[in-house]
Amino acid sequence: MILTIARKELRSFFAAPSTWLIFGILQFIFAWLFLSRLDAYLQLQTQLAQIANAPGATQSVASPLFGTLVLLLMLMLPLFTMRLLAEERRNQTLPLLLAAPVSSRAIVLGKYLSLLGFILLVVCSGTLMLATIGLGTQLDYGLLACNAIGLLLLAASYAALGLYLSALTRQPIVAAMSATALSLGLWLVDIGNADSTGHLRALSPTAHAQNLNAGLVLSSDLVYFAVFITTFLLLTIRRLDNNRLYA
Amino acid sequence: MTAPITLSARHLVRRYGPRNIIQDVSIELRQGEVLGLLGHNGAGKSTTLQMLTGALTPHSGTIEICGFDLNRQPEQAKACVGFLPETPPLYRDMRVDDYLVYAARLHRLPASRLAAALDDCKQRCGLQDCGKKIIATLSKGYQQRVGIAQAIIHRPTVIILDEPTVGLDPAQIRDIRGLIRELGTSHSVILSTHLLSEVEHICDRVEIMQNGRLIYGDSSTRMKQFGHQPGFTITLLTPPPLSELAAIAGVASVEAVSENLFRITHDLGQDPGATLLALAAERGWQASQLTPLKGSIEEVYTRIMESESA
Repeated sequence: MILTIARKELRSFFAAPSTWLIFGILQFIFAWLFLSRLDAYLQLQTQLAQIANAPGATQSVASPLFGTLVLLLMLMLPLFTMRLLAEERRNQTLPLLLAAPVSSRAIVLGKYLSLLGFILLVVCSGTLMLATIGLGTQLDYGLLACNAIGLLLLAASYAALGLYLSALTRQPIVAAMSATALSLGLWLVDIGNADSTGHLRALSPTAHAQNLNAGLVLSSDLVYFAVFITTFLLLTIRRLDNNRLYA
Repeated sequence: MTAPITLSARHLVRRYGPRNIIQDVSIELRQGEVLGLLGHNGAGKSTTLQMLTGALTPHSGTIEICGFDLNRQPEQAKACVGFLPETPPLYRDMRVDDYLVYAARLHRLPASRLAAALDDCKQRCGLQDCGKKIIATLSKGYQQRVGIAQAIIHRPTVIILDEPTVGLDPAQIRDIRGLIRELGTSHSVILSTHLLSEVEHICDRVEIMQNGRLIYGDSSTRMKQFGHQPGFTITLLTPPPLSELAAIAGVASVEAVSENLFRITHDLGQDPGATLLALAAERGWQASQLTPLKGSIEEVYTRIMESESA
């Protein structure tokens, strides 16, 4: 049942021209940044070569670009999460799901799974683009994979957050704006406290992705992401159940 | 009636804030029955139907569908129900076929029966030529049909339709009523409406709802008789004096509507029509037309409403 819903959502994702447009723009911006970053690296390469233990291509090109991709996804993902439940409510299609023999859990997980499918596509295409450096030089594939996992977890967290906000309203735009605002807010919490080891910073998903960005897999970070995602999914399920009670 | 009970709802209550919008509603439905839920806008029809489908949870009361408790075994119970909400729940960017297949899968129709069910329900709803069309491009009438198709594709035992004919043109209304009537022979159907003629045409039984309560329930033919004197009008081209008509056994009153037209009422079960026609033939009154008095359901409805609010 979860798969049925996920498949339908993915199909309507890719049936909409706007998806392709956003995906295309995302790829274009990313490619642009990638090339300019690579250019800068090539110019600095001679100087870097003189430093002992100089950072490699993966560390100086790929890792920062993953950081940029996070920001791009932070701005783009709400455009996809917004419609998932808010639009069902606005178009009054939610009764189809509520009256079908499908639990709220299956509805939410189905929708979330479709988001993950889309995110996986973005992350894979980004990672593949960066892996092309491997054609010219030696890449640290471990670091690359670690970065991709970090990006995946971050995007999955933002998707869960966006899905919950989409369940709260019947206006997709409201869902999108609040999702963007919240994810930017969480990001600001991170960069605002960058120099301190304050507890506030531990709230922000981007702070937890930083270790992964540097190639460090900490179980505390993984637990953080698991808790973050589960919490928002549970809240969404609860919201949908409450919908039957109070709507 | 001995057909098995397919749906029974007992003492449903639904609150909205401090206000009870549904109070103590009990409904029972048997196989092969079409039940009309009649009421003004805002009487609580849609809320009741949504509760019966599990889209809303009642604050108290129990609902049993095909023997499954909707609260304890929601998935089994809901699998027996097809629901068309007030606004058909259509994904406008999908193709009709894809949409119907999705609806069928959501209702756990096994993949092996999918193709046959799709063809069958499209044929029943007159959608044979629309399978490849995008739902948004269909007219309102066809969208409504897709909505009904979605509710019946998994062959549910109970079909719940919320104002199925609203906004359709007369020809479409006739088609859809025909379809509902046909569905009513094999499934149980509940439909809500504020149109009395709809109840008259397609329902076996009617429940009238006002302010969240059921105020009257009976068979729709009995409802037609409620509150009106049985009788008929008859045209006699060479009429006898009124007294002669009044003397016929069973006639309660005679009234001359015009020179040739008479309105005759009688007591229940003593229809003097046959006697009158025989006499007319014997005495050369030239009877040309006999029409039973049609008690309009509107009158009944208004009368019940008035007696309730009085």
